[in-house]
Amino acid sequence: MTDRIAPPVFDLEGFGHLLFQGTLMTIQLALVSLVFGLAFGLIGATMKLSRYRVLRILAGIYTALIRGIPELMVILFVYYGGVILLNNFAGWLGYDSYIDVSAFAAGVTALSLTFGAYATEIFRGAIHAVPTNQIEAARAIGMSPATIFRRILLPQVWRFALPGLGNTFLIILKETALVSVIGLEELMRKTDMAVGYTKEPFTFFLFAALIYLAMTAFVMMVQQGLERRANRGVAGRALS
Amino acid sequence: MNFDVMIEALPDLMGGLWLTLGLVALALVVGFAIALPTALARLSPLAPLRMVAGIYVFFFRGTPLLVQIFLIYYGLSQFEGIRESFLWPVLREPFWCTLIALALNTGAYTAEVFRGGILSVAHNQIEAARAIGMSPATAFRRIIWPQTIRQALPAYGNEMILMVKASSLASTVTLMDITGVARTLAAETYMPIEIYTMAAVIYLALTFAMSQVIHLLEWKMDVTRARA
Repeated sequence: MTDRIAPPVFDLEGFGHLLFQGTLMTIQLALVSLVFGLAFGLIGATMKLSRYRVLRILAGIYTALIRGIPELMVILFVYYGGVILLNNFAGWLGYDSYIDVSAFAAGVTALSLTFGAYATEIFRGAIHAVPTNQIEAARAIGMSPATIFRRILLPQVWRFALPGLGNTFLIILKETALVSVIGLEELMRKTDMAVGYTKEPFTFFLFAALIYLAMTAFVMMVQQGLERRANRGVAGRALS
Repeated sequence: MNFDVMIEALPDLMGGLWLTLGLVALALVVGFAIALPTALARLSPLAPLRMVAGIYVFFFRGTPLLVQIFLIYYGLSQFEGIRESFLWPVLREPFWCTLIALALNTGAYTAEVFRGGILSVAHNQIEAARAIGMSPATAFRRIIWPQTIRQALPAYGNEMILMVKASSLASTVTLMDITGVARTLAAETYMPIEIYTMAAVIYLALTFAMSQVIHLLEWKMDVTRARA
């Protein structure tokens, strides 16, 4: 069924369904990492803008570490090291049986930590970009802090952060391929399996590449649509 | 944490450092050589040139580096013509395949950085250069390129650091770079936390040193400082 989607130049020899399953797993991995990553980014940005020095330093260490270490290393660390840390922690709490960490959980953790580190900087910049006199004006007319956040800050932060977040999501989408190294059966891993059977590495890796390309193009389109929507009614756009 | 294991792993990991550095340095040089003509082709008045460069950039920026490495290292062996050609001794080596993939990858990203830099040069400067009789080549060398590189340096520096991190994928095709050595040691010692922490420290030192060098370059090229 999925084979029919393939252009006729590719003879997938019935392995189309394998790649289709892998693609679904890749999409799942990317989307779940996006959700957690956005949460990490918001927490990180709040910490960086906090009054408390300790929080600012902790957030600084987090972003510096993640941005200075290869993503593959983060994935390996979370998968092989995370199991040990988790079990030690559970043992310390008095829980004795062995806890296993799935490749999916490790992948989501590593990718969302990565996304979060980049998102922290993006959100921080976006919050800074909102002129403070707007917030003063909102307070002057009697808006509560919650209303200011919802009506003044959020729509503008969203607009300033969108390009950066979109680009970071594109990076994360491509980095999902690295999770195949710890055995998660996403697109890369499934392609590898198909190559093992067919001995046609070029055909299958090229097809996988085209699937990634299609996903990238789709995300870029969504990003443009969201940006257009977020920028509606902004003066200056008409001028450019 | 077992600190003895960490210290014992250090010489082996440092052995991997040379491969990492070699891959990154060569990939950056070759990538630079690819990027400049690609950026110019993307801005060329000739439509076919623009299209070829555009497809190259779109493909290498839109697909994971891992696929690109596998496509070159495993993929090319599918063709008998390549297996029997004089290129095969090079193309069957994981080192050269990884290098080709890294160079093509960074070439595509860097081309976009340079393109942005070239576009940022004020158009009337180019017109002025033409008006006083500079050839296009001279105008590029004297007027466009110095401003391009200054404008592009922060983004290019970022790309250089990303290359250090990307080189860790060499370990997926059996190369013994820092990550490759770390993976082997972690499997041998059953102490992944210690080994990966040590490897991470080396990467951090490397990326930090690189960002310092870039800052220094930016400072040196900053014309506003010289004028003040």
